[in-house]
Amino acid sequence: MNLLVCISKTPETTAKIAFKENGTQFDTDGVQYIMNPYDEWYALVRAIELKESVGAGKVIAINVGPPSNDIVIRKALAIGADEAVRVDAEANSASFVAKQVASYAKDNNIDMVFLGKETIDYNGSLVGGMLSELLDVPYLSYASNIEVSGNEATVTCEIEGGVEIVKATLPLVVSATKGLAEQRIPNMRGIMMAKRKPLNVIPPVGVEEKEAIVSYQIPEGKTGVKLVDLENMDELVRLLHEEAKAI
Amino acid sequence: MSVLVFAEAIKNQYKKSTFEVVLYGARLSKQLGTECIVLTNGNGDSASNLGVYGAQKILNFESENMHDNRMLTKVISAAVSQNGSTVVILSDNSKGKALAGRLAINLDAAVVSGAVALPNTNDGFKVHKSLFSGKAVGSYSLNADIKVISVAGNSIGLEEIGQAVSLESFDASAHSSTVSLVETKRVEGTVPLPEAELVVSAGRGMKAPENWGIIDELAGVLGATTACSRPVADTGWRPHHEHVGQTGIAIKPNLYFAIGISGAIQHLAGVNNSKTIVVINKDPEAPFFKAADYGVVGDLFDVVPRLIESLKKFKAS
Ligand SMILES: Cc1cc2nc3c(=O)[nH]c(=O)nc-3n(C[C@H](O)[C@H](O)[C@H](O)COP(=O)(O)OP(=O)(O)OC[C@H]3O[C@@H](n4cnc5c(N)ncnc54)[C@H](O)[C@@H]3O)c2cc1C
Ligand SMILES: Nc1ncnc2c1ncn2[C@@H]1O[C@H](COP(=O)(O)O)[C@@H](O)[C@H]1O
Repeated sequence: MNLLVCISKTPETTAKIAFKENGTQFDTDGVQYIMNPYDEWYALVRAIELKESVGAGKVIAINVGPPSNDIVIRKALAIGADEAVRVDAEANSASFVAKQVASYAKDNNIDMVFLGKETIDYNGSLVGGMLSELLDVPYLSYASNIEVSGNEATVTCEIEGGVEIVKATLPLVVSATKGLAEQRIPNMRGIMMAKRKPLNVIPPVGVEEKEAIVSYQIPEGKTGVKLVDLENMDELVRLLHEEAKAI
Repeated sequence: MSVLVFAEAIKNQYKKSTFEVVLYGARLSKQLGTECIVLTNGNGDSASNLGVYGAQKILNFESENMHDNRMLTKVISAAVSQNGSTVVILSDNSKGKALAGRLAINLDAAVVSGAVALPNTNDGFKVHKSLFSGKAVGSYSLNADIKVISVAGNSIGLEEIGQAVSLESFDASAHSSTVSLVETKRVEGTVPLPEAELVVSAGRGMKAPENWGIIDELAGVLGATTACSRPVADTGWRPHHEHVGQTGIAIKPNLYFAIGISGAIQHLAGVNNSKTIVVINKDPEAPFFKAADYGVVGDLFDVVPRLIESLKKFKAS
């Protein structure tokens, strides 16, 4: 069973979010990067577990990005992916990424593609659906559980206010949310082995971009907190009713 | 030309967020000088009432396979081509996002997920979307003949702008599903977090899961949905679906109570778009106070019962 896991790089969660060039570019100055948590904690780990339980095939991590992403890709190898691919291009839109991954998946006999439910920077949640349509396969999104038996997968998908449990035949695409697996911390052996695992760099396929971010803004912060004495909860209720009109 | 809204009915009922996307589509169609068409699996009075929120034409289809986004993509895509639609509007929930990505490919369209306001169509077609889990907003320019937009919940207030419209049926029988539904489980009774107007959230300051009675009671008095910080969900004190923040659910209710939550940046990222934030914390230096509108410094086990009493009095008056 060959499992492809899409991994992306995002600013670390405490990174300062600022923009430059008149609010048209993300200011990367001093920003540390991490692997997108949904990819690392859930998608990658569950793919590794499934491969381990079948005992055959491989887990391939794929990233679309510049050479500076190799550090994140090595981490995926240290956690347990068998090999990695980097499509050497800036990932400027979801469709660009989806088309690169689809092109690789079509040529490499992939049974399942795993992604994170979204990247925590652009919060697009679009790559998975696009990729599934390009491959013309089912898309099980926001999966919090997946079991595979033979070529059939049973997947629990989180929906608003509940879950849907569905069955589909491979090949398919799954996006991971919390619950799908337990985070794995790479150990020394994994880190050493990662250095020797293959990381293939391939050129991108051409894509016509249809969206562009033209500007960014930081929402206005709160102007100041109004403190209410704990003896006076009637006053808080009054403020919430009359001033905030929230109750 | 037309704007096509996909409105999912669940057991022939619509959620508030679905009315919102219909209204969004109706307002956009006015802005563009076109018609607002709603495609829905609902029928009868509940579907025809979508006209109240501005639907001018309602296409009803029957399907047993609402869980299959591949099949739904084909149905929506067929409606788009039959009606010459140039914009497709979806809800920005897990299904809506899956459909948005699929439709963008299927229709060769430009797409944005999580729009927070109506597009600006004066010069091109630009849509605002929330980024970095609410820490920023980006303006996306969509450059293709067809645009697909999923609209974030609580982005526009509801307004009744029309009246009931009769339904036309839409044949979706040609599209079959390859995904089978085993079971749907819904948490009954409460409004799901992404669309809750009132949220009562608690963190590690609660000390132990058995102390949650006062949180449930406060939520009960308000008619609010409960939420929690990540460590609380991770340790199993509360279910995972209550976890809000950067790696949980991002919400923007009208009112958010943060009780015994410190206000770490990853928590704030998912809740700081709430309209009004009330923080209850015994530490006056807790970072959450900087993001709050109202604050109470004190022991939550003392403050919350007092607040419940005051609210009960208010509700009774
Ligand atoms: C990659 C990453 C992603 C993360 N994603 C998220 C996320 O999505 N959501 C999230 O919530 N966190 C997230 N976190 C964790 C986050 O950094 C904080 O650790 C977490 O939010 C703290 O939870 P807390 O406020 O409940 O607990 P604490 O930080 O322990 O705070 C407890 C608060 O309760 C107060 N308190 C204690 N006792 C009382 C009392 N009796 N009365 C009143 N107040 C009291 C204390 O003063 C304190 O402010 C993430 C962390 C990382 C590294
Ligand atoms: N540049 C990228 N390279 C590889 N995978 C990506 C990239 N960007 C996004 N993904 C994958 O797509 C998922 C959803 O991303 P998005 O749709 O952009 O929110 C992520 O969790 C990753 O699994």
